[in-house]
Amino acid sequence: MITLETYFDYVILPILAISVMLVFIRLFKGPAVVDRVIALDLIITIGIGIITVYSIRTNQKVFLDVAIILALIAFLGTVAFAYYIEKQKDD
Amino acid sequence: MLTILKNRKMIEIILAVFSTVGAFSTLFAAIGILRMPDFYLRLSVTVKASTLGVGLLLICAAIMFPDVSVTTKAIAIIFFLIITAPIAAHMIGRAAYFTGTPLWKGTIVDELAGMYNEKTHKLESDTEQDTADDSLPTSDNIANTEEETK
Repeated sequence: MITLETYFDYVILPILAISVMLVFIRLFKGPAVVDRVIALDLIITIGIGIITVYSIRTNQKVFLDVAIILALIAFLGTVAFAYYIEKQKDD
Repeated sequence: MLTILKNRKMIEIILAVFSTVGAFSTLFAAIGILRMPDFYLRLSVTVKASTLGVGLLLICAAIMFPDVSVTTKAIAIIFFLIITAPIAAHMIGRAAYFTGTPLWKGTIVDELAGMYNEKTHKLESDTEQDTADDSLPTSDNIANTEEETK
């Protein structure tokens, strides 16, 4: 009988880790800058998911505060990148 | 006692289902960003699937901890993600269109072609476009080969 704890450890976390690796390939080879920007955004979003699962596993609810900050940073980073990439073309 | 045990079982099943669906939709977002042929298709796959996946994982955390503060935090993160993800996606897609990121080779119609004023970055309506049609060059962003957008 598989318990919920082992299910989180051996199924959910490996799936999320594989997703981060797949996105990292796109971050590495993306042809344009914008591809890299959305790859970085997706990596941070998956990171929020990993932090959530980890806080469930370790029973530490403090980690969710980190997830809030990461969500904020991902949004601000993407908006800043979009703003400057759009400005860059005028010069 | 029996009802509590049954409840516990119930909650575990709900947690397992939610976390499985969440993890798999995150995985699909990752596969999509790797395999889609074009920046705009990658963007459209990524934003929706990852928001759903992370939202479901956060709901798991909200169910797991029997605490009001955790539930509030989880709902706050989900709300924030749902609000900000489309805004960020729209801004980065707009920036990509202005910088001339090529569309996929198989694109049938690009309704924005020639509609944006290159100088002011304003969207111009169709009626104004008819008079100034000859002066503005209609730029075509659709790629000629698959390799351009890979």
